[in-house]
Amino acid sequence: MTLVALAVAVWLGAWALNAWLSAGERGRSAPVRAAVPLIFGATILLVWELVVRGLAVPLAILPPPSRIAATFAANLPLLWGDFVQTIVRGALSGLAIGVAAALVVAVLVDRFDWLRRGLLPVAGFMAALPIVGVAPIMVMWFGFGPASKAAVVVLMVFFPMLVNATAGLQDTTAMQRDLMRTYAAGYWQTLWRLRLPAAMPFLFNGLKIASTLAMIGAIVAEFFGSPTQGVGFRISAANGALQMDMVWSAILVGALAGSAIYGMIALAERAATFWHPSQRR
Amino acid sequence: MAALAEAAAAPPRAGAGRLRAVLPVLSVVLALMAVWYLAAIPMNAREALTAAERAGAEIRGGSAAERAGRSALVLAALNPGPAVAGAWTQERPRLPAPHQVLAEFWASTVGEEVWGRRGLVQSGSFSNRSLIYHAGITLGATLGGFLIGSALGVLLAAGIVHNRAMDLSVMPWAIVSQTIPIVALAPMIVVVMNSVGVGGFWPKAVISAYLSFFPVVVGMVKGFRTPDREGLDLMRTWNATRAQVFWRLRVPSSVPYLFASLKIAVAAALVGTIVGELPVQRGGLGARMLAGSYYGQTVQIWAALLMAALLAALLVWAIGALERRVLRAMGTRP
Repeated sequence: MTLVALAVAVWLGAWALNAWLSAGERGRSAPVRAAVPLIFGATILLVWELVVRGLAVPLAILPPPSRIAATFAANLPLLWGDFVQTIVRGALSGLAIGVAAALVVAVLVDRFDWLRRGLLPVAGFMAALPIVGVAPIMVMWFGFGPASKAAVVVLMVFFPMLVNATAGLQDTTAMQRDLMRTYAAGYWQTLWRLRLPAAMPFLFNGLKIASTLAMIGAIVAEFFGSPTQGVGFRISAANGALQMDMVWSAILVGALAGSAIYGMIALAERAATFWHPSQRR
Repeated sequence: MAALAEAAAAPPRAGAGRLRAVLPVLSVVLALMAVWYLAAIPMNAREALTAAERAGAEIRGGSAAERAGRSALVLAALNPGPAVAGAWTQERPRLPAPHQVLAEFWASTVGEEVWGRRGLVQSGSFSNRSLIYHAGITLGATLGGFLIGSALGVLLAAGIVHNRAMDLSVMPWAIVSQTIPIVALAPMIVVVMNSVGVGGFWPKAVISAYLSFFPVVVGMVKGFRTPDREGLDLMRTWNATRAQVFWRLRVPSSVPYLFASLKIAVAAALVGTIVGELPVQRGGLGARMLAGSYYGQTVQIWAALLMAALLAALLVWAIGALERRVLRAMGTRP
């Protein structure tokens, strides 16, 4: 019980500290803005640890974070294999194919008005559907390997990416297009020099959505069938064996990979769209 | 007079406009259907040729064992007759044709309920073999989780807007949580809640709530912050309290953001429920898909998929209709 009381005390103390840190002018400085969320995150982990130990929660229900960290560290080679199987072979390859296909179709849609009026409503509709449900079909068609995961990812990322890319390609003003015409620029030159760069903020927005969807698609597709490797396989297998520390480690792999991919996209966005108002500092 | 003539001319023009909007969509859908039917020929060629050979037809492309090593496209091109004849009528095709999916959909909704032994007409309750029953289970958990999750999301967003410590502590984590595949937690939540004796509706609702929570938080924080300095200053000159600023300025101006994030949230909630139905086979569209994939019942998977798509469309449409009604009541043009 003392541990639970300690958890409450830690929570209140950390909250008071954060409230003090973020009050007034103090809260505007960069180090404080970085420290406050870190303190909050650390508090949650500490409270979790104390409550689980204090109430003696069984391992099969909720393992303490220290146990998860230990399992994670002890199984690094295994989890690295899962990472390569699911994220690199499944999610990233599917993401690359899906985004490339969406870009090609977006240029076509932008070129032909008939396609734009016909395909865009369909794409908008498809983007809202639970496409992850095609996973059992893809597993049946492409087997248990990473190909079926990549196929699910392609279908999942295609429509949001298409909608964003088309919106981006239309985001030029008449003035800018007229300027290109006075330079005697042809269609391809206008596309390459004006409209693709102008579409970049939309493309990166779509890419951010697509990267999360890609992770979800690759992991959920493994629930329908996979070789004995992969983040989704690890989650469902360890889940069946009630090894919750392993489940949490696999989820941690997914979370780390997702944040890393998102971070890389954000960095690339900063480099590619430095001119956009949202990136100016 | 001119205005009157214009008003009289308006309806047919609006009709023509609608036709102009529908025609391309219709043609794209028809083209997709044509591609679907064509794709079914090579996809189902192997089974079709095997069946034709058993029935005594001459099949080019070698024996059954030799055919296994050749591409289905080549086989379909070598035997166009039997491949086409057997493409759209198989019991368990690799790719069922649209009419097969529709037939299965009809049989497992209306057919099962009206004429089935366990259907609504015969037994007075929905048959547990019908898609309506499974869609009901999925819809209930989705809606329950969605309502809980978005209500909590709006509450947290209101807290974040009013409390700086909360803003700095929680907001970065809410944004990070958007980048990680939270749905991976679903099987664990289901199994853990089942092991403490909570099954059925609640695990799925918790997953749905969790998935719809973060998009609403992020969207609503943005929405509550849309009022600019001018609007806030105006409220201050009226000596408005914080509560008044919140209810009369922040809430009305956040409505477009609310509906945008609700649409994302409800789609996420549906995915969460379907994934949450995978580990424990007790009804729902997710359970139906997994059962179909275990027993090779492809048409059943496609029909369940169609039901899930209809459900998603219905949910997004309902939120869109609510949005239009609310915006009209507020006097803003949608």
